[in-house]
Amino acid sequence: METLLLLLFIFTLAAFLGFELISKVPSQLHTPLMSGSNAISGITIVGAMIATAHIGGEAAKWIGFGALVLATINVVGGYVVTDRMLGMFKKKDK
Amino acid sequence: MRDIAIQIAYIVSAGIFIMGIKMLGSATTARRGNRLSAIGMLLAVIITLFDQGIVSAGIQGYAWIAGGIALGALIGGILAKRVQMTGMPEMVALLNGFGGLASLLVAWAEYATLPVLGLLPVSGEMRFTLIVSALTVIVGGITFTGSLVAYLKLSGKMSGRPFLFAGQKAINFVVMLVLVAATVVLALALKDYSATAFYTLIGGAFLLGVLGVIPIGGGDMPVVISLLNSLSGVAASFAGFIIGNTVLIVAGCLVGASGLILTVIMCKAMNRTLGNVLFGGFGAASSGSGGGAEQGEMKAVSTEDAYYILEAARSVVVIPGYGMAVAQAQHVVKELGELLENNGAEIRYAIHPVAGRMPGHMNVLLAEADVPYEQLVEMDNINPIMPTVDVAIVIGANDVVNPAAATDPSSPIYGMPIINAHEAKTVFALKRGKGTGFSGLENKLFFMPNTRMIYGDAKATVADLVSQMKG
Repeated sequence: METLLLLLFIFTLAAFLGFELISKVPSQLHTPLMSGSNAISGITIVGAMIATAHIGGEAAKWIGFGALVLATINVVGGYVVTDRMLGMFKKKDK
Repeated sequence: MRDIAIQIAYIVSAGIFIMGIKMLGSATTARRGNRLSAIGMLLAVIITLFDQGIVSAGIQGYAWIAGGIALGALIGGILAKRVQMTGMPEMVALLNGFGGLASLLVAWAEYATLPVLGLLPVSGEMRFTLIVSALTVIVGGITFTGSLVAYLKLSGKMSGRPFLFAGQKAINFVVMLVLVAATVVLALALKDYSATAFYTLIGGAFLLGVLGVIPIGGGDMPVVISLLNSLSGVAASFAGFIIGNTVLIVAGCLVGASGLILTVIMCKAMNRTLGNVLFGGFGAASSGSGGGAEQGEMKAVSTEDAYYILEAARSVVVIPGYGMAVAQAQHVVKELGELLENNGAEIRYAIHPVAGRMPGHMNVLLAEADVPYEQLVEMDNINPIMPTVDVAIVIGANDVVNPAAATDPSSPIYGMPIINAHEAKTVFALKRGKGTGFSGLENKLFFMPNTRMIYGDAKATVADLVSQMKG
């Protein structure tokens, strides 16, 4: 139970931090920010890895494997797409 | 000892994510911020390889993990490399949907390994885990199918128009009730009903995701994607509670909270509220509402006539919209801009905060075409000088230049800030046909005395103007 309370504590602090982190974002950065945070939400890859290695039976393993593939697509695709987009914003040297 | 080291590394990883998100919020540091957060992700993945559960699974466990990551990285890399800049919004939606589904599957895999329910007295913590599993499935499932619908709408595989039917809200309410009931049943941990409850949760969440997004018009999709992105973070965070993993909880929650704030910021830019976007059925209003039929008629001109006017213009403002993206016209537009500049005109590009299908959409496209950054002007800075502009060229923008938003209280977009294109001495509106924009509204701008329509594909029209400028 104590672990649980600690986890809730972390969750609450993270929520407040997330709210405070973004204040004035210029609108041209909205999409890269959305896309970049989308890549971060692929953190579920960590859960998928743990689920995949489980020795809890064949079904769980395959479901975990599916989660791992999807989460990795989210992570890799998310970071590459965001980087490509931000690469467009180079200041031109005239 | 090893556990402590793992936890500390997770804390470092979470700290890197925090810095990464912070840096993504400013133009000068955004790219480094994104790369930094990628390093944080890599660290989290490497650390997880030392997790007790994975280590004890031995070589076979590692083989499965390596296979999954290799396959996912290959698919993700190909998708991200192949997508056109114009297809970015739907790509983000699709990737986000995968993330939501992944969280759902993590919850499912964990559920599948639970000891046989009903044999043991259920502890409070186990009940909590079951409830969180249900929440993960609900949020992850909604994220998945909602993002898929957004993807289909944005990529034009499905109509962008809001899809409304009688009793929609009632049906949504019933589905929500079913989800609540299934969560309760799952938490009771009854041996005979747990599996049924779990599959009901999956099905209900999928259904709710579809039902929630189909009534929303394509023009509001960016806001929806932003909200779904926030939800996928929440799903990841909940999944972290299931397996008791701190980095999952923190990173997921950060994305959830910052995504929500970003969604609200976007709504403010459109002068709408989130509730209004989600439940408004925007654009489903009878088209041409606000005074019924428009007065006057649209006057078309040929590119030759347009060229003479442009040739004499001293100041030109280009107002791009989704039509420019569809026609892939950004490169010829930039070429036209350069020619006008060489001809002695001052050229600027006026960017509406929600032009296109995502915020910053036009900035990305014009940047891709190498338009100098300093020629891009935000709405609030261009409007005061609009009356001094000789020619405004509206390329495939519609609702963001519709004066009805400022003058007609009965218009659905009334109150949305617009670019005052109508104040320019002459307006050229490039349009494929006489249809309405994404919101399905008639645009008053097209009927104004100083407006001339140039029908046809935007790219072909601009290319035509370019060749005449050269000639």
